[in-house]
Amino acid sequence: MSAPAALSLRAVQKRFGGTVALADASCEIRAGTVHALLGENGAGKTTLMRIAFGLVQPDHGTLLRDERAVRFHSGRDAIAAGLGMVHQHFMLVPAFTVAENAALGGTGRFDPAHAAARVREVAQHTGLTIDPAARVADLPIGAQQRAELVRALAQDARVLILDEPTAVLTPAESDDLYRWMRRFADDGGTVVLITHKLREALAVADDVTVLRQGRTVLAAPRSAVTEDALVAAIMGLDAPLDAEPLPSAESSAEIVFALDDVTWTDAAGVARLRNATLSVRRGEILGVLGVEGSGQAELLRLLAGRLAPTTGRVTHPERVGFVPGDRLHDAVIPAMSATENLVLAEAGRLQGSIDWRARAAETAQVIAAYEVRAAGPSAALETLSGGNQQKFVVGRERGVAPQALVAENPTRGLDVRAAARVLAALRAVAEEENGAAVVCSTDLDEILALTSRVVVCFAGTVTEVAPPSDARDRSVYARALLGTAS
Amino acid sequence: MTEILLAFWDGALGSAFAFWSATLVRATPLLFVGLAVALAFRAGVLNIGAEGQLLLGATGASVVALQLPDAPRLIVIPLMLLAGMTGGAVWAGIAALLRRRFGVLEVISTIMLNFIALALLGWIVRGPLQEPTKVYPMSSPFTVAAQWPFLIPGQRLHLGFALGLVAAAVLWYVLARTALGFRIRAIGLGARAAASAGGVQAESLSARVFVVSGALAGLAGASEVGGVTWALYEGLSPGYGYTAIAVALLARLDPRWVVVTAVFFGALEAGGASMQREAGVPAVAVQIITAMLLLGVLALARWQQVRAARVATEGA
Repeated sequence: MSAPAALSLRAVQKRFGGTVALADASCEIRAGTVHALLGENGAGKTTLMRIAFGLVQPDHGTLLRDERAVRFHSGRDAIAAGLGMVHQHFMLVPAFTVAENAALGGTGRFDPAHAAARVREVAQHTGLTIDPAARVADLPIGAQQRAELVRALAQDARVLILDEPTAVLTPAESDDLYRWMRRFADDGGTVVLITHKLREALAVADDVTVLRQGRTVLAAPRSAVTEDALVAAIMGLDAPLDAEPLPSAESSAEIVFALDDVTWTDAAGVARLRNATLSVRRGEILGVLGVEGSGQAELLRLLAGRLAPTTGRVTHPERVGFVPGDRLHDAVIPAMSATENLVLAEAGRLQGSIDWRARAAETAQVIAAYEVRAAGPSAALETLSGGNQQKFVVGRERGVAPQALVAENPTRGLDVRAAARVLAALRAVAEEENGAAVVCSTDLDEILALTSRVVVCFAGTVTEVAPPSDARDRSVYARALLGTAS
Repeated sequence: MTEILLAFWDGALGSAFAFWSATLVRATPLLFVGLAVALAFRAGVLNIGAEGQLLLGATGASVVALQLPDAPRLIVIPLMLLAGMTGGAVWAGIAALLRRRFGVLEVISTIMLNFIALALLGWIVRGPLQEPTKVYPMSSPFTVAAQWPFLIPGQRLHLGFALGLVAAAVLWYVLARTALGFRIRAIGLGARAAASAGGVQAESLSARVFVVSGALAGLAGASEVGGVTWALYEGLSPGYGYTAIAVALLARLDPRWVVVTAVFFGALEAGGASMQREAGVPAVAVQIITAMLLLGVLALARWQQVRAARVATEGA
């Protein structure tokens, strides 16, 4: 650690309502380096950097800029301190030109000629080709991103925070961006690269910090870590195994879920899931692992009957309970009462009138059975904490289909007790009801403790991973996640 | 000042005549359009084109009344209702189609269709439906069979108000007690969750609600020509379709309360007209009251939201 730290975050904690976003996160970013901040979606990367940029105020922890403690009350303070942030979703005014966007946030008189000249100067100096007079809406995505970079640089940013900058870029554009980052760092600038694209990050980074569930679990120079070690840190593969996994079902048991050579193609014609084949029998829980965007979201929705396959055959029961990852948008209506949210699961097929009194009684039963802390059936769901909402959703979906359940990251953001209650409910589907469940999680521990079998999604392909002979050896999962399995 | 307030009181509530023949008569179209807007807003459809739908409904009902001058009342009036609903539904259907096919925001399309409806009506009363002497921009007066019956002898309160009360009761029951109503409320508050967790066809349901909302607004037009004017002419609505938004929001989108707020705004309209007549105060004063009420309601709703959010965070 020769170079001084341009930016340090130490022991940062942040809660949003009942959800812990950051439990204990630290990050030392040396000047003149590219620093990769890695972790699964929801690990807290973006929150940590939003704190660094003054957009979110931490509950605890300190922030240092050039080794002096600072406090940013807004993005304006951070910009004044030489920071720049390029968000995952661009923050440009589409109807404005590049130069006008670059001048936003400035003070005093707006001089178009001066703004354009400044953009041209920055562009030339840093090797970013961009036309200051072009309207942002007319630019391709890659150029819009350069416009974001130019804007930050025109405000004299020396530390650039890039949040998933390659998510929208083609491979060639990504390569250009990585080359540009390298040059910017070599010229004394500092880049923080938030990403979950491990390999690309490793190719460019000098240092890496890994966050998992709001904690810094690894911080090291790039040269000191291997790919496997990083995957292990990201996915939590280094934690000890402590629960007895569910046995595989007898091959004679009835098949509940099955995919037969299934491909699913999105509206843009990209195959998100290719030639997937698998089956889940009664008494089994199938675990699904995958780095975000590898096809597991589509896999789960196909099995839950929420998506229709483009080609191939999907088998699933008529009714499948589904616990989606984005609870507040896909599972519940926060402004409605618990009772109404219970009925929501049947909304599409109900006919005639609804007996709300009987429904409230049913809701009270779910609330009691799943230990949901709520004021009562008539309490709006938005008044419940995240963990209690999730327990409620799991209880509701089990009521919809006691023997078939698909769950997507069901314990993400939950505290230990709520997570345990949710996991117990999932296990009961296989153990008590002799049904079948499919569970996707970013937490390998959870998957190994809960499931009978594991499949790994990598770039749209689905591969079953046979359990290793030594249960503590998890490298087999790491290789499958990276697509390097033999 | 006293004189102004007295004029207002006399016009709105000061006598049996003021109440039954001014306030409630003005409340009738407001009741229908208020219900139309409340229904649409409940489904998350921002239909602010009740004015245009009302005008098309009036046109539809007038066509029936003028084409069937000799038919008995029991046939003409139901057909007028049907034609009124159809006119409003078609006008709303255009906006619903634009939204589904091309993603055109209904806030934009419905308000534009209001202007088109007004222009269309202007042409109709100077063209195809103009009275035979071709002097006035209006249709011939309806025959007696097409004039809706009064509810109370000697008062101008007509059948439309009773139908409006029935519509409010039906709408309340559907929204509060039926599966269909629950689906409508669910897509309004969380379309994604309704589709994902409940399997509700949110897009097609919102389009259907949009059309029904238009039909309700169309009934306001049918009720105005059948119950009040007995002829079709341009200045039919003093902006009932816009006041409807205030009626619906003040009622917090609850059909039961729409009855109350429609009567309230009916009283304001009646009192305002009388104020202008008797005391020379511009009726705009009533619009100022309307606007202040609306802002108050919105501020209250927002305050309650913030309070609910705070309770939620503290409870977590």
